[in-house]
Amino acid sequence: MNYRMITYILGWILLFESAFLLIPSIAALVFMETAGYAFLMTIGICLLVSALLIFKKPKNTDLHSRDGFVIVSLSWIVLSLFGALPFVLSGVTTSYVDAFFETVSGFTTTGASIFTAVEALPKCILLWRSFTHWVGGMGVLVFIMAFLPLSGGRNMHIMKAESPGPSVSKLVPRVRTTALLLYTIYFALTLLQFILLLCGGMSIFDALNTSFATAGTGGFGIKNDSIGGYSPYLQIVIGIFMLLFSLNFNSYFLILKGKLKDAFNAEIRTFLLIVAGAVAAITWNIRHMFGSLGEALRHAFFAVSTIISTTGFATTDFDLWPQLSRTVLVLLMFIGACAGSTGGGIKISRIMIIFKTIFREIRTAIHPKQIKKISMDGKAIESDVVRSTVNFFACFVMIFAISWLAISFDNYDFTTNFTAVAATIGNIGPGLSAVGPTCNYAFFSNFSKLVLSFDMLAGRLELFPMLVLFSPATWKKY
Amino acid sequence: MKISRVKPEPGMNIIIVGCGKIGQNLAEELGEQGNNITVVDISPQKVKEVSTRFDVMGVVGNGATHSVLEDAGIANADLLIAVTGSDELNLLCCIVAKKASNCHTIARVKQPEYSTETAYLQNELELAMVINPQYAAAAEIARVLRFPSAMKIDTFAGGRVELVKFRLPETSPLVGMSVREMATKLRCNVLICTVERDEQAFIAKGDLVFEGRDVISLIASPRGAAAFFDKIDYRTHSVSDVMIAGGGRTAHYLCEMLLKEGIAVKIIEKEKPVCDDLCARFPEATIIHSNASDQEILIEEGLKTAGAFVALTNMDEENILLSLFAKRVGKGKLVTKINRVDFSDVVTHLDLDSIIYPKNIASDQIVRYVRAMKNTIGSNVETLYNIIQGQVEASEFIVKEGSAIIGQPLSQLQFKDNVLIASILRGRKVIIPRGHDTIEAGDHVVIVSELMPLHDITDVLK
Repeated sequence: MNYRMITYILGWILLFESAFLLIPSIAALVFMETAGYAFLMTIGICLLVSALLIFKKPKNTDLHSRDGFVIVSLSWIVLSLFGALPFVLSGVTTSYVDAFFETVSGFTTTGASIFTAVEALPKCILLWRSFTHWVGGMGVLVFIMAFLPLSGGRNMHIMKAESPGPSVSKLVPRVRTTALLLYTIYFALTLLQFILLLCGGMSIFDALNTSFATAGTGGFGIKNDSIGGYSPYLQIVIGIFMLLFSLNFNSYFLILKGKLKDAFNAEIRTFLLIVAGAVAAITWNIRHMFGSLGEALRHAFFAVSTIISTTGFATTDFDLWPQLSRTVLVLLMFIGACAGSTGGGIKISRIMIIFKTIFREIRTAIHPKQIKKISMDGKAIESDVVRSTVNFFACFVMIFAISWLAISFDNYDFTTNFTAVAATIGNIGPGLSAVGPTCNYAFFSNFSKLVLSFDMLAGRLELFPMLVLFSPATWKKY
Repeated sequence: MKISRVKPEPGMNIIIVGCGKIGQNLAEELGEQGNNITVVDISPQKVKEVSTRFDVMGVVGNGATHSVLEDAGIANADLLIAVTGSDELNLLCCIVAKKASNCHTIARVKQPEYSTETAYLQNELELAMVINPQYAAAAEIARVLRFPSAMKIDTFAGGRVELVKFRLPETSPLVGMSVREMATKLRCNVLICTVERDEQAFIAKGDLVFEGRDVISLIASPRGAAAFFDKIDYRTHSVSDVMIAGGGRTAHYLCEMLLKEGIAVKIIEKEKPVCDDLCARFPEATIIHSNASDQEILIEEGLKTAGAFVALTNMDEENILLSLFAKRVGKGKLVTKINRVDFSDVVTHLDLDSIIYPKNIASDQIVRYVRAMKNTIGSNVETLYNIIQGQVEASEFIVKEGSAIIGQPLSQLQFKDNVLIASILRGRKVIIPRGHDTIEAGDHVVIVSELMPLHDITDVLK
């Protein structure tokens, strides 16, 4: 382990965080809010610590695979630890664990909140919450790689650990250019949504927050009823953009290059098919609850979009819907978005690989000697990727089970516990029952909040970086 | 991952087909110089390995097919380098690439049948460069044998200036002398560029004191270098007889070069058909059919008195052992060929005189070509050599009319740290610069510097 290099990069992370914190500070200045001092104090602390860490450049700059994993997971923890300070310093919450939970929820784009009434919060705090979504959506380290002069191929380890999906491919030969391209696409889409929201009559502040939260597929609302109070036009725009942000960003690059056929690959086609099927089923299921079929369709579309993209906005309380709809939504929580997007969950491509493995297993039972490769888009998938996908799934189930057991000490009902873990590990936000779209996570004990924070981080970083961090073998010399 | 010290510069799009040792070397070096690299190989493992180790993009597939090259971005490529193990595949890659886009192409061709037709390949197939690692290695060995005091010799300005690398013996009169003292005592027209000591490398300053076993690089005209080595009691005459262990392709090329210069060659080769073939081609050479690791045969054939011993078998380990043995029993110049570069730092410690890495030589030549190609766009570097791999390099510039550096005595110019004006060539004259010398338009200037991209000679000024 190259400790010196790890702390050096963590120093840079804090420097960037202090830059991120400037945005809510400006908002505080605009709205003349005293909570702004909390941000300035946090910036001061971040700068001080980061100055200590990056004061001297390390001599040995070699990073190996495990350093990459440790850097990624520690970066996210450090970001959240310092990002939580404004909540406590401004006095909007007294508990540091609550603040940490809220920040982790922000950076991991979960959107699970511990605040009971968000409209009462200072505006700069609201903006900070939404902005953490935007930063966390594409990945903090990807952002840093785009702007920090780190060179050499070793940083693929970092990009791999932070980008969602079973395998990462670069768009262009250089990591740095790839990172810049991804952020450009991300920024352009966010800007487009911001403009469309303004056209629908949303105020600048609301549109900014909503765009940030949609882009990262986060889901922190700035209204107590989330998106419910906005016009149908705005709801549809948000619904569509949630889907756009849960598509693989590589596809946008391919579209820009004019390769439409490659852009609409099997994963995206499956994703759209699942969305269409789920919307149809739910619309039919809830058609009696709303005045018209159109309204039912709108709510069904929004609910499906918000859950499968793992955003977590809500137009209406889908916890009150019939069992079929609730079950479909819970299943969508597990499926999640496409690989290489800002969304969470298991990811469509992984689900596809797992299904193909199952079919292959069935065929092997019938033709025991048959050799069959799993393929997608006409390309064989390497057995390495298949193995790691199956391992990912097994690991997902284990972490799920253990977290579920851990938070059951609080003695809430079955649905609450189950969906709370599902909604945090999948980075969605709202679950069902006591953690439904109109409720929040404030009532959990501190221990449960820490467990759920771990789940959010593990879910965002694709499980293994967090597990590597907590594995004793990582910290041994040999 | 490293914090880069090199400023990013606009790079070229380069496709490298074949992820063997040469391909990897190229991916690393060209990538670090700011080019956008895409590697192509048939083996997914190799592509994965290279694309995680270096900042490059990987494409799996046969590089001679149009669709794979398309995936690798041939449409926007500036250069394609084909360095797979197969000559035919490399040539085919270049032909397909040439048809698909108007990029430059470089092919590695190792079979003598093809490489003797280099001119045809370059003209008819429009290859920018044909590289033959074995031939390049043989040429380098021949150069070292001509001047056995040196470990390595590179030339600038068509051979008028030489960059000579040698190891200082502990008994040398130079030990304990500083660079400045040396200049006044010996009155030689040489310039000490760098000194390597215990894996550290310095650009030589006036107060640096030589120690035994230092590896010194110096720049001088060939005559100046000869005079210098004479004064410090170093052999300067070309060897007159050479014993070569192993009769492979490199030996074949080397034998041809040495015989042309009238150097007696003795080749020890264990395969009878290879012996027969060598014998038929080079009747003047002495071909011994025996295992080269047979000590008795080596002694019998005169290893003790041979002017030079060159270990060219296919096994690195055997080459090292043979050279160590030759060093113990004989006094001749030693040259050892080593294919694997992975343990080069260990091998350096064995004190084996000259060590030749054919793959490094090949990739160095390609890197040099790429730099030159880039220079036609931006800067005006003529030749470029790595003195110490990845740390210190020597570059040759032509000074253009109107450059800011012209006309002022060097002592009045403010140079950056770790930059050395090593020599100035004006017409046929070679000037080893002192403080009062000036640089004029049209001069060729050789500059030794520590890792920085120099595009123009004025980049060396503060």
